[in-house]
Amino acid sequence: MIDAVVNLLRFAAPVGLAATGETVGQKAGVINIGLEGMMLVSSYAGVVASQSSGSPWFGLLVAVMASVVLAVVQGFFTISLQADQVVAGTAINLFALGLTGTLYRARFGASGQLLSVPKIPRLGPGFDALPLFWIASLVVVSWALYRTKWGLALRASGEFPPAVEAAGYSPNALRWQAVLIGGLFAGLAGAHLALGISGSFAENMTVGRGFVALAMVTFGRWKPVWVFAASLLIGYADSLQFELQALNIGLPPQFFIALPYALALAVLVFVGKGTAVPAALGQPYRRQR
Amino acid sequence: MTAVGLLAVLVITLVVFGIDPQRGLSLIIEGAFGNRFGLARTFVRATPLLLCGLGMTLAWKSGMYNIGGEGQYVAGGIAGAVVARSLSALVPSVFQTAVLVGSMAGGMALALFAGWLQVKRGVQCVISTILLNFVVLQALAWCVRGPLQESKHELPLSDKLPDTLMLARFDHQTDFHAGVFVALGVALGTWVYLTFSRGGFLLKLVGENPLVARANRIPAARIQMTAMALSGALCGLGGGVDYLGITGQIGDGFSQNWGFLAIPVALLGGLNPFGVVGSSLYFGALMAGGEGLARFNTTGSTLVSVIQAVAVLGFVAFSQLRMRRPAVPHD
Repeated sequence: MIDAVVNLLRFAAPVGLAATGETVGQKAGVINIGLEGMMLVSSYAGVVASQSSGSPWFGLLVAVMASVVLAVVQGFFTISLQADQVVAGTAINLFALGLTGTLYRARFGASGQLLSVPKIPRLGPGFDALPLFWIASLVVVSWALYRTKWGLALRASGEFPPAVEAAGYSPNALRWQAVLIGGLFAGLAGAHLALGISGSFAENMTVGRGFVALAMVTFGRWKPVWVFAASLLIGYADSLQFELQALNIGLPPQFFIALPYALALAVLVFVGKGTAVPAALGQPYRRQR
Repeated sequence: MTAVGLLAVLVITLVVFGIDPQRGLSLIIEGAFGNRFGLARTFVRATPLLLCGLGMTLAWKSGMYNIGGEGQYVAGGIAGAVVARSLSALVPSVFQTAVLVGSMAGGMALALFAGWLQVKRGVQCVISTILLNFVVLQALAWCVRGPLQESKHELPLSDKLPDTLMLARFDHQTDFHAGVFVALGVALGTWVYLTFSRGGFLLKLVGENPLVARANRIPAARIQMTAMALSGALCGLGGGVDYLGITGQIGDGFSQNWGFLAIPVALLGGLNPFGVVGSSLYFGALMAGGEGLARFNTTGSTLVSVIQAVAVLGFVAFSQLRMRRPAVPHD
């Protein structure tokens, strides 16, 4: 029973961590389409750093740094330049896919041999570091968003930025903070995938988890607790492919691989967007004079 | 302007990745334009980029961020193969028309679903189309191991079409096929549609200014659905043309990321059909030339997407900075 819970948390954590960070970002009005790319780059950076230093913790640090660098790029384009958030995010994804693919092939060859690097050690029977951090972050993020002045101002930046400006805060500064927090979480998500679960890297190894995380933010109604629950559901669907395939119930394996994506879509069909969406989501804010 | 920028990005990327730019550039140019084989490769690579890029253009112009060109391209391939399997007794011209129409329908169905999700259920296209990509890729993997598998049931591929049923080739030593002209014709048609037709005008209006559209009681939802339908149909056609023109069969590696790479092609083409022709030829040449590069350096093909990404970001930064300095001061 405990094993099952720990396993579920492990599989849900990559999507869950990314979705938690993305909730903060979207609450502030910035949608990060490049989430997938940030995860992928941090996976690669984490694996390379872990391999060359022998320390998975150093790998974790480098993974987060790599993702935050991309978050700075994203913030520069979407907040400072007020560029279209979808265009900037799509470019970041493309960049990440090409960059990791190029570097991976240059460094490890296209041979497809299995790469194995030191993994983040478990802190005890069944206690993974990053899933624990994910649970802790749920409390911290919920508190910060809903029980602090900072959180109120940040949420207002996603609803009606001029009011934030009038109250003496800078919406764009708050958005920058939210984007960097999102980058931090995306880095942890990518690091967990590479250094916590697989201990390896493969081209495009995130296979859409960043996009699933985006879907989970919508499904979770932009509330950290519900986003957490939604991510658990997807983590469960993700882990099913190993269990049900072993049971051999006559469905093709492709069905189970597609299941998390189809499930993410299906829940979106049922819940739709509704009225919980931050009103200024996706809209750049330009300071009024 | 864009062309100079693209060349600069290409050279910088080559330098960053430690490839001698002079040697790299000459290899790319040699591989893309050096002889008729290179030229044919360039046009053949540009064709799916052009068709999917035009599809992206129509959707994005209407304010629908379709980034599922990849899934729609593959859906087009699957639908084309299904039609081909059931109709192979027909004369080539009828057969080819049926397959291409089928592939358009396949891509269209997928895009319409995503469009419906956004218009009726408020689920953003950006998310739904990309999730559909993954579902469709698994559907493809299943089809070529199940209902569409070749008759010997050994490989995860569909049956190869006989040469007589493939699109016409004008030179049997190269891959250059009639689909190239189909794509160019579609580009012209898209331009005419967007520039002269009422539907094209409304499509642009809804994308540029939804408030004006609403104030004039223009049914934005229906127009955006139409845009998605056309967009998906063109991406699906891209899959169908590659199926009938080049591969003749479908398998796991059917799409070489064409639908994905078509997004920057459309953006760098300024979401203008003729611009998209230009940028698809540029990236087609880069893909064709990159194969020459790949021969001495394993990093060739993935470099193209880095170049595309940097170019898009540069393009966006440039246009945003230009917009920020208004010719006439606000106050």
